Amino acid sequence: MAPKSALSTQNTHPAPVTLHGRSLEPNRRIPLNLDWVEEVRVNTSAVERRSLTHTARRTVKKETQAAWLLRAIACMDLTTLSGDDSAERVRRLCAKARNPLQRHLVEALGIEDLHLTVGAVCVYHTFVETAVRALEGSGIPVAAVSAGFPAGLSPLAERVEEIRRSLEAGAQEIDIVITRAHVFNGDWHALYDEVAAFKDTCGPVHMKAILGTGDLMTLRNVARASWVAMMAGADFIKTSTGKESVNATLPVSLTMVRAIREYAKRTGMAVGFKPAGGIRTAKQSLDWLAMMKDELGRSWLEPSLFRFGASGMLADIERQLEHHVTGRYSATYRHPIA
Amino acid sequence: MSIAEKFYTMEYGAAPEDPKEAVQWLERHHRRFDAFIDGAWVKPAGGEYFETSDPSSGDPIAEVAIANAADVDAAVSAARKALPAWQALSGHQRARYLYALARQVQKHSRRLAVLETMDNGKPIRESRDIDIPLVARHFYHHAGWAQLLESEFPGYTACGVVGQIIPWNFPLLMFAWKVAPALAAGNTVVIKPAENTPLTALALAELAMEIGLPAGVLNIVNGGPSTGQAIIDHPGIDKIAFTGSTEVGRIIRKATAPTHKKLSLELGGKSPFVVFDDADLDSAVEGLVDAIWFNQGQVCCAGSRLLVQERVAETLYAKVRARMETLRVGHPLDKAIDIGAIVSPAQLETIRRMVDAGVAEGACCWQPEIPLPAKGSYFRPTLLTDVHPTATVAQMEIFGPVLAAMTFRTPAEAVELANNTVYGLAASIWSENINVALDLAAQVKAGVVWVNSTNQFDAACGFGGYRESGYGREGGREGMLEYLTPKWLHTLPPAPAKASDSATANEDDDAPASAGASIDRTVKQYIGGKQARPDSGYSFPVYGRDGELLGEAPLGNRKDIRNAVEAARAASGWARTTAHARAQVLHYLAENMIQRRDEIAHRLAAAVGEESAAAEADLSIERIFAYAAWTDKYEGVVHHPPGRNITIAMPEPIGAIGILAPSEAPLLGLLSLVLPAIAMGNTVVAVPSERYPLIQGDAYQLLDTSDVPGGVVNLVAGRPAELAKTLAEHDGIDAIWCFRSDEEATAVRAASIGNMKQVFTNDGHAYDWFDRSQAEGRWFLQHATQVKNIWVPYGE
Repeated sequence: MAPKSALSTQNTHPAPVTLHGRSLEPNRRIPLNLDWVEEVRVNTSAVERRSLTHTARRTVKKETQAAWLLRAIACMDLTTLSGDDSAERVRRLCAKARNPLQRHLVEALGIEDLHLTVGAVCVYHTFVETAVRALEGSGIPVAAVSAGFPAGLSPLAERVEEIRRSLEAGAQEIDIVITRAHVFNGDWHALYDEVAAFKDTCGPVHMKAILGTGDLMTLRNVARASWVAMMAGADFIKTSTGKESVNATLPVSLTMVRAIREYAKRTGMAVGFKPAGGIRTAKQSLDWLAMMKDELGRSWLEPSLFRFGASGMLADIERQLEHHVTGRYSATYRHPIA
Repeated sequence: MSIAEKFYTMEYGAAPEDPKEAVQWLERHHRRFDAFIDGAWVKPAGGEYFETSDPSSGDPIAEVAIANAADVDAAVSAARKALPAWQALSGHQRARYLYALARQVQKHSRRLAVLETMDNGKPIRESRDIDIPLVARHFYHHAGWAQLLESEFPGYTACGVVGQIIPWNFPLLMFAWKVAPALAAGNTVVIKPAENTPLTALALAELAMEIGLPAGVLNIVNGGPSTGQAIIDHPGIDKIAFTGSTEVGRIIRKATAPTHKKLSLELGGKSPFVVFDDADLDSAVEGLVDAIWFNQGQVCCAGSRLLVQERVAETLYAKVRARMETLRVGHPLDKAIDIGAIVSPAQLETIRRMVDAGVAEGACCWQPEIPLPAKGSYFRPTLLTDVHPTATVAQMEIFGPVLAAMTFRTPAEAVELANNTVYGLAASIWSENINVALDLAAQVKAGVVWVNSTNQFDAACGFGGYRESGYGREGGREGMLEYLTPKWLHTLPPAPAKASDSATANEDDDAPASAGASIDRTVKQYIGGKQARPDSGYSFPVYGRDGELLGEAPLGNRKDIRNAVEAARAASGWARTTAHARAQVLHYLAENMIQRRDEIAHRLAAAVGEESAAAEADLSIERIFAYAAWTDKYEGVVHHPPGRNITIAMPEPIGAIGILAPSEAPLLGLLSLVLPAIAMGNTVVAVPSERYPLIQGDAYQLLDTSDVPGGVVNLVAGRPAELAKTLAEHDGIDAIWCFRSDEEATAVRAASIGNMKQVFTNDGHAYDWFDRSQAEGRWFLQHATQVKNIWVPYGE
């Protein structure tokens, strides 16, 4: 393997995906197995305690920390999903996506050959074309939040149509939202059919299923929804829209990650994970990376299977890397904004 | 490795904690520590020092003075001298000292954590996040008890000078568990830290000096077993508190048997970790990490026996193995490791030997292929499957990162396996069904039960064991009681030193009884609800005050006791009857006693005189009413420890209690001991006094007519001293109460170490059974129960 290509962040499959030494295939739809949904057991207190130890048991320092922060950038869906988004705002974001770190940092860290970029740029359907043009030649995919984001309550046909139009506009990844009411009602068939319909529309394009975990409220709901979304063929399961009052938390993430692990064990297929919303600091990114590494292993530290949905986190990472390079604490204003 | 390469490998790098401050502290002391006696550093009388070393490297850290008997004597004298002034302080004043200690611990928390990790080998994460915060919490909590002492424990006083011996697994935490309640209650202390881990206690001595703790209140001596022995043997010590192995606990019990030293022992365990098929298995796996890979498994309450429901066993084992692959064993000062160093090469060797023995006995041993540091005492996390209850590794405490796994089929079998141990310290139960979990929690013999969690500790929640895991509790109100005694106890006259050699029990004396009406009354043993002829086939005459023959009593022997204990154990269902039902039975007993009051008093009068007999009869009725009342009123509490938890502190009966009744008041004395025991759900084998054993004839007629189930109370007359020995030695007896001569109490204490049964005696005092304030109530109920703390986390 040529060193140059191995050192590209966009080479998303550097090694076969494995879990506990077993090779896994990409996820495909399988028939809905209600037993798997019903037998979900999640003890909230125990999950919370474990989540706390994830942050207490693991830490990375110095060069390792710098490398891990770079990994967080590579796995980042740089996102803007605001009501006041504009084409210019999206172009600015895309410029940052191409050059997430200032030149002097890249050189000081000795990572020129990585050609480090973020994992994707994530925008509303309206701005897909803008983003695609702005990212032309960078290899950075554009992810569109489609299917009635963030509530997912528009008519199914319109949501499917939105996905189709996002794809036509050049989106290479689609983030869909599920109908939370299907989870509350235990209407697993409806949920499965909905996600399956979206995935059918996406075809080979990677689809991330947003569960709206802040709305689902209980970890058991989160686990059940995860199972159904995976069986329906989602390539990724994603925590939140960023619009719920509570977004990505470690307990919610651990619950989803455990579901991914068990699903892989039962089916031999790998599903990716994307925590989104509420992850703002470099320290948090390290917590999540450690969780992915310990719970699922090295394969889930690749953008092909792991993404952060974040907007502000990059700025903090940049400041930390600046500190690593200079030994001085940096200020936000010294780094170009997204 | 370049940053770019690290970006690909994504391994954890080194994350060392800087030990600089702790090292500077050691250097300030020239890496040499003396004993802390009477508020000052004192050179050892013998001039000898031992070396304490860093388990992660084997390198020496410091030299510590070996205290010999003379040093211990100086420490005890200092503690004795400091006692009056310390006790004269108000609770508030003592509270301020404890509060100041808590504050100092917090202010110097990192130095203490690093020092602990250097000396013990435990991961810095644990000493930093668990040990030291709990130390501070313990001092805070007990500052509170000191403040509230007068109002919350009226009528109680401190034990006096307390000798404490602590283990190496949680050096400073065990120090806090011992010292905080002792000082809060107004005791002064002589404490010996473990030989492997003396340093943090010495650091705390320095903090005590900084806050101006009065000299002599806290004395710290170091050394090996001979130092400990000097503490145990010292006549100037009023109470011994020990945490450590059951083996040493037994030695302490034996050594203190001839004394009135109050004891609390927190000993070994082989705690079950029970996983039902409806558990959150992934969370249960993390529970196991906290249960057996916490502190390298060197935890007395480690969940070392995994009991998993057959249906999910293979699934769980696979998950456990996968999890074990991600455990990181490494230098204890690395902030990102899970398992540090084993405390000493000797302990490492013990663990190896035990695992080898397990494999030799057929266990399947699995260890992950994870790297170990090249130097120092390390042991890989280990899973032993195919373990059977007969295996050494299923019975013996390993005190290392070794999990022994077994399966069960039904909840009933889970209970049976969980309780199939001489220990009873802790249990962890995993099920998403609260009915299943709480049902098991109630049935498991353990002082601490964690539902869907494990190894949770809080100063407000009592901790301590059943069976050979010891007795006494640490933490909470019950922990404070271990360091207090009722004031009235100290005002009582002494009990007779020698057993009375009453003529009653002379078996050669089978001279034909003189004719009289009394001889027509046949008194038998009362076993399992039936009157039984004594196995010996002998009876002995019972004489009245004036030497007249009152009748003949059965002469009990070993076999009568054996049968009685079997009956008492078979009646254990009594513990599960409702408190209301037990109260009804006792009230009915009182009602029948009222009916027969005159005839009982009349017969008793021949032995004790009219006036006394009348008083005994009347007070007996009252006492039965009192314990009928207490039955549903001596209750537990609910603690609210940090986190979303409730902890139910539940008094449970101890089991089968052997009772040696006092001779002063044949009826009232017997009832004063039997009633609190059965009111709380215990079953009893009681030996009535030799003075008037015929009382058992009246007693069993009452019991028979009052719906007391057979076997709940068993009565065996005979020579108390002889029967006491059989009772005390019997492993089926869980506690023994002896309210007779000092000589008999000593013999009972010495004979009861086999199963480490709890012993409750008059401690050389003559109780006045006619005085309600000393002969009735909480003091007895407290001894008739042991507190089980059930932790129930909640949240969805």
